Amino acid sequence: MSQYQWNWSVVLEQVSGTEEFYYQWLAAGLGWTVATALSAWVLALVVGSLIGILRTVPSKPVAALATAYVEVFRNIPLIVQMFLWFFVLPELVPHNLGIWMKQSMPLPEFTTAVIALGFFTSARVAEQVRTGILALPRGQKNAGLAMGFTLGQTYRYVLLPMAYRIVIPPLTSEFMNIFKNSAVALAIGLTELTFQMRQITGEYAPANPIEVMTVVSALYLLVAFSVNRVMALIERKTRVPGYISGGH
Amino acid sequence: MNLDFSTLAGAQDFLWQGFKYSLTLTVSSMVFGIFFGTLLAMARMSSIKPLSLAAAGYVNLFRSVPLVLVIFWFYILVPLLTGVDVGAERSAFLTFAIFEAAYYCEIIRAGIQSIPRGQIAAGQAMGFSYGQNMRYVILPQAFRNVVPLLLTQTIVLFQDTSLVYVVGATDLLGAADKVAHRDNTLVEMYMLVALIYFSISFALSQAVKRLHARIAIVR
Amino acid sequence: MIQINNVSKWYGEFQVLTDCTTEVKKGEVVVVCGPSGSGKSTLIKTVNALEPFQKGEILVEGVSVGDPKTNLPKLRSRVGMVFQHFELFPHLSITDNLIIAQMKVLGRGRDEAMDKGLKLLDRVGLKAHAHKFPGQLSGGQQQRVAIARALAMDPIVMLFDEPTSALDPEMVNEVLDVMVELAQEGMTMMCVTHEMGFARKVASRVIFMDRGQIVEDCSKDDFFGHLDARSERARQFLSKILQH
Repeated sequence: MSQYQWNWSVVLEQVSGTEEFYYQWLAAGLGWTVATALSAWVLALVVGSLIGILRTVPSKPVAALATAYVEVFRNIPLIVQMFLWFFVLPELVPHNLGIWMKQSMPLPEFTTAVIALGFFTSARVAEQVRTGILALPRGQKNAGLAMGFTLGQTYRYVLLPMAYRIVIPPLTSEFMNIFKNSAVALAIGLTELTFQMRQITGEYAPANPIEVMTVVSALYLLVAFSVNRVMALIERKTRVPGYISGGH
Repeated sequence: MNLDFSTLAGAQDFLWQGFKYSLTLTVSSMVFGIFFGTLLAMARMSSIKPLSLAAAGYVNLFRSVPLVLVIFWFYILVPLLTGVDVGAERSAFLTFAIFEAAYYCEIIRAGIQSIPRGQIAAGQAMGFSYGQNMRYVILPQAFRNVVPLLLTQTIVLFQDTSLVYVVGATDLLGAADKVAHRDNTLVEMYMLVALIYFSISFALSQAVKRLHARIAIVR
Repeated sequence: MIQINNVSKWYGEFQVLTDCTTEVKKGEVVVVCGPSGSGKSTLIKTVNALEPFQKGEILVEGVSVGDPKTNLPKLRSRVGMVFQHFELFPHLSITDNLIIAQMKVLGRGRDEAMDKGLKLLDRVGLKAHAHKFPGQLSGGQQQRVAIARALAMDPIVMLFDEPTSALDPEMVNEVLDVMVELAQEGMTMMCVTHEMGFARKVASRVIFMDRGQIVEDCSKDDFFGHLDARSERARQFLSKILQH
């Protein structure tokens, strides 16, 4: 440690033998991290909401199916799920589709990462949405039905608007998780932020890993902070007067 | 598509070694994580400002960055700081203990905060010191309240140990991956690993659910 | 035994105690009453420093409660306290509730602590419940255990903070009976309570508080016997709670 050569400007240096600079690598990595996380989040919200709602409907088989979905995606590690989507699925689908997935699918790492991360997170979102719906007083659903709403309308106009407000805080933490979890995609070769860090510290600047790791960590902290602020803003904007917080 | 599990027999011992490593890492991280997490929680709730700020900083830092990144940190930093090349397997023990402590801390803190103020006052009124009150009154109740959460976090931790793959450690996934590449059985091996993780995590989470229901009835 | 001199306390801007001065002598039973929010619970909790205060001084047998150098656990171990919501430790059996502080704070051996605890449990009429957990007892039973738990520490004074106000009406008397007995044995007591029957029976003095101030501090006979000499606020309060 005593002979460690500190050089904080390492990220500003040019990559030897190329026209590029390290900070450009990091910026590109951050771009992929954000793009992956946001795309996967859209997928997770849509699928997760649907599954979460299905878990609360008064039909045993439907609810059981939705529960099975959640259990499968919750109980297999994300990195293994990534491998399943990336390496295993193309072998299990019809031959021609498999060939297309392996050879001509655009942005294979990005697409796979979004799908894997999206479905992985959807199971968690589904749990939150379900909890939110169940946290509403029982009378709410009956009140909706009594007014002549169909079950679908009752969900749409009565239950979901409140349920989503209740689950904003736990969804915030899932939203932050999706940014962190996107780093797992480096295992299938997505050139996101942590991938770039490994690239830089591993092969190109082995003498200055601490500086690079610090910069990268700071970028993640910045992302976490921004997400937190955005969600706090949403929570404030959607607050219902006189309603403190969920479940009571 | 033909699945070929014929090479499995020869790889059994290697996979078992990897699986044992995954379990050892999980249990050790749970034990040290809960221990440090408890100390962190007490520090976070301390009235000594610098102490609580430091603990809050620690927790927020580790909860804001990806575990994969932290695994790289320690994989690179530990040899750099100690001058000893401890290897991916051993540096992971430190990584996970330190990382998980931040998560366990928040669970335990929630548990402590769920204890009614009257209980704390009652302990004080009996003449318990801060430490005695923690030890005999607050922590036993706090832990009891959050046992399901601690166990759920441990299931997450068990799954997260698969991330040591990224630094080349031979855990269950790492072992399966090595076998897969040697025998060219990627599909079989990854499916097998998924099945193992699923069976264990699912069984444990069902058990936790039942425990949760039991505790809920007793209260 | 307890001297409270010019004690004031604020929650931020809001003053909850204003210049309170009184004392509890050895063997006295002092009842503190007043409307809710009058500061009576806060006052009794300042005596064993469960509530800090910003001005004034409290002495328990000459030991200053507010002094940062005071060994609070030691002081508290000599002052018994009974809470509105019992506050038995739910994870411990009745026996363990009775002995844990004796062993860990006073350093008594298990046998000695057990002996003492069971004797007191017998005294409050609950010996048969020794092995149970707090959640298995009724409110009145829990409160009697809580009294036994406090007595097991051989306190020099007992503080009661609305000991019957969380109880169902039919359980109030079993707790008051224990308290009356205790008072008649000469225990020094400070009780925040609305039970005026109890006050009439055993109180040496009655303190009436309103809006953080001690409005009345006089003998039981003066308090109940010469209502016309009492302040307007005290009379109003009494007429409200004695109406039925």
